[in-house]
Amino acid sequence: MELKPILEAVLFSAQKPLSLKEIRDVFAGAPEHAEGEESARRLKRVKEDELTAALEELAREHEQGGHSFRLACVAGSWQFVTQPEYAPWLKALVGHKARPPRLSQPALETLAIIAYRQPVTRAELEQVRGVAVDGVMQTLLERGLVEQAGRAEVVGRPMTYGTTPGFLEYFGLRSLEDLPAADELRRVAAQKPEGLATVDPGLATAPPEQLTLPTETTKPEGEPQ
Amino acid sequence: MAEYKVKFEVFEGPLDLLLYLIKKEEVDIYQVNLTRLAGQFIEYIETMRMLDLELAGEFLVMAATLMHIKSRELLPVDQQAQAQDEDAGEDPRWELIRQLVEYKKFKDAAAQLQVLEARQENVFPRTPARLEFASETPSRCEASIFDLVSAVNAVLQRFGQRAEQREIFEDKWTVADRIQHLMRVLGEQARMKFSELFAGAASRSEIVATFLALLELIRLKQVAATQEEPFGEIVVYKTETFHG
Repeated sequence: MELKPILEAVLFSAQKPLSLKEIRDVFAGAPEHAEGEESARRLKRVKEDELTAALEELAREHEQGGHSFRLACVAGSWQFVTQPEYAPWLKALVGHKARPPRLSQPALETLAIIAYRQPVTRAELEQVRGVAVDGVMQTLLERGLVEQAGRAEVVGRPMTYGTTPGFLEYFGLRSLEDLPAADELRRVAAQKPEGLATVDPGLATAPPEQLTLPTETTKPEGEPQ
Repeated sequence: MAEYKVKFEVFEGPLDLLLYLIKKEEVDIYQVNLTRLAGQFIEYIETMRMLDLELAGEFLVMAATLMHIKSRELLPVDQQAQAQDEDAGEDPRWELIRQLVEYKKFKDAAAQLQVLEARQENVFPRTPARLEFASETPSRCEASIFDLVSAVNAVLQRFGQRAEQREIFEDKWTVADRIQHLMRVLGEQARMKFSELFAGAASRSEIVATFLALLELIRLKQVAATQEEPFGEIVVYKTETFHG
C-alpha cells in the first residue's frame, strides 16, 4: 500500500490536527494491528521528509480536485478543513466557531510588525508605528498571539517579542514563511538606521557594537587562535 | 475595568493621520509636498483641540518635526546646507518619508492579516464524531465528599442571598422523608443535576435534610454522584442496585 492513501485515511478520521511526530507515531504503532499486512511493517519507520512530500502532494491533489474541503497545514499540523464559501451551511450545522472578538486595527498593525520583524523590542515597534504600543501589546500577550522572545543585546537589555504557534493557528498559517509578502517586508529591515533607537548618539555610553559580549567578537576565518 | 474616555479612534497615531492626508492629496508618498502637509496636519490638530479631544503627545512631537522641516525650507539655500553640516544628521524630510513608507507597508500587511482572520472564521475542521463503541456512561469521576460539601455550601449561600424575606414555618423535614422523596424523584428521572435536587427548597433545614438524605443513599449504593468534567456540575443518578 502507498503512503498517500494511508495518510488520507488517517487524517480523515483524526479528530484534531496531527503533527508530523504524531503521524510518525501512528506509523510506528501500525504493525501491532497489521496481522500480516506487509506495508505496515515496511512503513514503520517512515521518514519525516517522505511524509511531508506525500502530504503536500495529497494537499495538491485535493486542491486540484476542486473539493469542498482541503488538506491544510496550520502551525506544522495537518488537518482536513472545509473551504470558506461553505460557511453558512456549516454554521447552521455546528454553530459559530468559538473565537475571541476580531483584533482592532492598531492590534493588527502591531502584530504585523512583530510577525515580520521578530524578535523585536517595544522601542522598535513604537518607532515604526509612531505611537505607544503598551495597551495593544497587553492585548496581544493576553490573547497568546505574541510572547517574550528574549532580550536585545543593547543598553538596558530590553525585552524582545515574537509570535507564538497560536498566532499561526489564529490566521491559519502554516509557518512564518507563509505570511503574505514576507520577502518584501523583511527586506525593509535592512533599511533600519545604523544606530539603534535605544542609544542616543549624544550619550557618553559606549556605542552598541562595543557592548557585545567578548565571546561574540568575530574573527576572520582561518586566523590562528 | 471599563474606563470611559474620549479617544480619537480614527487616527491611532500621527503617522496614520499623515498617510490619510497624503491619500487625500492623491500623490505618491515620495512626491508629497511636506510644507503643505505640515499646514494641513497642524490645522487638523487645531480642530481636534477645539473639539476637546484627547490628543496623544506623539501628535505634538510630529507637529514639531513638521514645523522644523517647514522652517528649514524658509531659509536661503546656502544656509540650509550649513545647517545640515552642523547636524551631521540625515535630512529630516527623508527620515520622515522613510518612516511613512515603512509604516504604510505594515499597514498593508495588517490589512492582509485581517483578510486571513475573517477567512479563518469560515474554515471548519472536522468535528469529533461520537465513537460507536463508546460506553453508555462516558468516563466520569465520582464526586468526592469534598465536592459534595462544597456544592451544598454553594447552594446554601445562594439560598441565603435569595431569602431576604422569611416566613416562619414548621420545621417538618426529616432525613427519612427526604430519602423517600429522592427515591421517588430519581425513580422517575433516572438522573438529575445536583442543583435540581434543591430547586424547590424552602428553608435551610430542608436543604440540609435533603443533603444528608443524598449522602445516606450514596452510602447505601442506591445512587451515585459524579462529575463529568473537573469543576463541572455534579450529576446524581440511580445505580444498578437501585430499588425504587
